[in-house]
Amino acid sequence: MTIKLRDKILPEKGVEELLGYAVPTKTTVELRGRISRSLVEEISRIKKEPDWMRRLRLRSLELFEKLPMPNWLRGIEELDLEELTHYVKPEAGIAERWEDVPEEIRKYYERLGIPELEQRFLSGLSAQFESETVYSSVKKKLSEMGVIMLPMEEAVKRYPDLVKKYFLRVFPASDHKFAALHAALWSGGVFVYVPPGVRVEEPLEAFFLIGRAMEGQFEHTLIVADEGSFIHFIEGCAAPMYKGYSFHDGMVELYAHKGATIKFTTLQNWSKNVINFNNKRGIAEEGARIDWIEGSIGSRITYVYPSTILRGRGASTRSMVVSVVKGPYLKDTGSKVIHVAPDTRSRIINKSISVDGGINIYRGLVKVLRGARNAHAHVECDSLILDSKSMAFTYPHNQVDEPTATVTHEATTGRLGEEQLFYMMSRGLSEDEAKSLIVLGFLDEIMAELPFEFANVLNRVIQLEFKKLGGLG
Amino acid sequence: MFFAVNDRPVSFIWRPHNSLLTVLKLTLEIKDLHVAVGGRQVLRGVSLTVRYGEVHAVMGPNGSGKSTLAYAIMGRPGYEVTKGDVLLDGESLKGLTTEERSLKGLFLAMQEPPQIPGVRVSTFLIASINKRMGADDLTRVKNPLVLKRIYDAVKNVGLSKDHLTRELNVGFSGGEKKRNELLQLLLLDPKVVILDEPDSGLDVDGVKRVAEIIQELREKGKAVLLITHYPRILEYVEPNHVTVLYRGTVVAKGGPELAKRIEEEGYSFIK
Ligand SMILES: Nc1ncnc2c1ncn2[C@@H]1O[C@H](COP(=O)(O)OP(=O)(O)OP(=O)(O)O)[C@@H](O)[C@H]1O
Ligand SMILES: [Mg+2]
Repeated sequence: MTIKLRDKILPEKGVEELLGYAVPTKTTVELRGRISRSLVEEISRIKKEPDWMRRLRLRSLELFEKLPMPNWLRGIEELDLEELTHYVKPEAGIAERWEDVPEEIRKYYERLGIPELEQRFLSGLSAQFESETVYSSVKKKLSEMGVIMLPMEEAVKRYPDLVKKYFLRVFPASDHKFAALHAALWSGGVFVYVPPGVRVEEPLEAFFLIGRAMEGQFEHTLIVADEGSFIHFIEGCAAPMYKGYSFHDGMVELYAHKGATIKFTTLQNWSKNVINFNNKRGIAEEGARIDWIEGSIGSRITYVYPSTILRGRGASTRSMVVSVVKGPYLKDTGSKVIHVAPDTRSRIINKSISVDGGINIYRGLVKVLRGARNAHAHVECDSLILDSKSMAFTYPHNQVDEPTATVTHEATTGRLGEEQLFYMMSRGLSEDEAKSLIVLGFLDEIMAELPFEFANVLNRVIQLEFKKLGGLG
Repeated sequence: MFFAVNDRPVSFIWRPHNSLLTVLKLTLEIKDLHVAVGGRQVLRGVSLTVRYGEVHAVMGPNGSGKSTLAYAIMGRPGYEVTKGDVLLDGESLKGLTTEERSLKGLFLAMQEPPQIPGVRVSTFLIASINKRMGADDLTRVKNPLVLKRIYDAVKNVGLSKDHLTRELNVGFSGGEKKRNELLQLLLLDPKVVILDEPDSGLDVDGVKRVAEIIQELREKGKAVLLITHYPRILEYVEPNHVTVLYRGTVVAKGGPELAKRIEEEGYSFIK
């Protein structure tokens, strides 16, 4: 267990501390109020979109109006869509060099060490502030290999046929109300295409910041890995502190063609102001693999369910979600896998930690369709509850229509009892140190599976989150 | 004054570990201790003193309040001292947390230590040792000698290196748990040691080993409060004092002969 982090790029302070309170930034457009046809058309007009995209938005808007509020959502009562600013265009272009990003915005990224991380570790980076991409750069080597990484809007214009084939095809807007809302209002995000046989060894990253209260952010990320290719994509997000809340309703669509591998890693570290709704889904064709890693640390409320449809024979997926809720907040997480084809394999690992009144809900799904012969699924769901004020609930759901399939499930719930805490403290540890040891021990197995750099970052973020539980930093 | 109450005043004084000053301070004093647990008055006026370089046995039938006494000394939350006090080297422990009491040199080997899933024995030992050394990172071993000390102690208490990588007390047999308590005791090197039935669940060799360790602790000048309701262990280690509890009060005090009487007659004479 590596706990001390001497990595200079990783700041010693918590994200909220680092970013501090939001500073005013200049904008050129702000659209707020009722979600209507004219609002959607205005977004489309500002983006100078092709007509097919405008129509796609309007169809999604109709769905949004028709679809009911998801009845399983908890804690979303405070969200009033009508009072949000749905589109905020910062006064900034899309820079290729950090010098060209307006200073107030650049400072946020610098404080998080993003430009340094980019240099040392990434083969491409896209940075979004409010509703638009403000920085996008791909290392030359990658362009030479034919890899495309562009702000989503640009991809819509420059590669319409490619985008059309996948956009909202992996995650249809009709799925639920917030998917439809996202599709109607989407802005920003990244498009990535990896040509057949190309392996992108150094990860690409997209980083999202919400810089103000009462804002909605709806970025759309689409990654297409063509046959036999490999890519690791990292997604990070953060927000400074402000009064009130903001709303994030992003979407990630992954398409792994025959024999391709997509690793998608998220480090969600929103401030406690953000209500975070994520829509994440991937499709894996024959022999392809999709790996999700979700480090869900920040936010006030999070709903996130990385999902994979194993559509081709021998496709596989692994989804690891670490969800930490510290304080009176809520995370509703869970991975979903649909086995469509024979010989498909899936593994879900979910680890939640609830402390200081935090609530974790696991809501997972394993579905094996008839004909997915010899499909194999394993779910492991562990909850750790560190005090009597905190809670964890698990709602695993299996639906197996194929008799040759094997679906196994393991669940554990550990509650740190008064006696255990007393025992550890009787050896001279403080309550917080005892809890830190327990948390890190609980995550030991998952940390070992993460890519080194990312394990470091996640480890650091967790320690910062538990800084009051101190002694390990 | 202490000559009058001490069984072995002379040998005691000559021990190099004990300055006259610490001897005079009487070490652990329990004074008229009343403790309520879950709204129930469990201890109703217990007084006893444990001096450095002595073993003080606390005996009594099941439910007489022995473990409660141990927890109250360690400041376990929920064990409310309603009257009386516990003094360490003349200073009241009132208001100190369990952590603080531990850092002051108190150690409790629990009767039934709990399982701590996810935390390896080695991690726990290193964290506890580092804390005492004032290290800012509890999980790294700075000095390789610490590892050697751990390996030696593991051998000493009759566990194997494999136990170090296991989760704390998870799946440990009753005897292994007791040995693991002794392991922590040896490594943390406290000055006041409370052993809550360290002998129960151990095989004959185990009991002998515990007795040897207690003997060594006494020789090193530690104050040992040895809780047991079964006098077998006292055959191997003769206590300096014996206090018998029954229903939360002290019903008898004496020397080793009191333990012998209990061995022969049981607890019937106090009831
Ligand atoms: N949390 C509690 N709530 C109510 N009563 C308690 C609680 N803890 C202990 N007691 C009671 O206090 C009394 C003393 O318990 P204690 O564990 O101190 O006894 P003991 O002498 O250590 O017994 P044993 O020899 O069995 O270990 C018992 O009657 C027990 O039931
Ligand atoms: Mg007891």
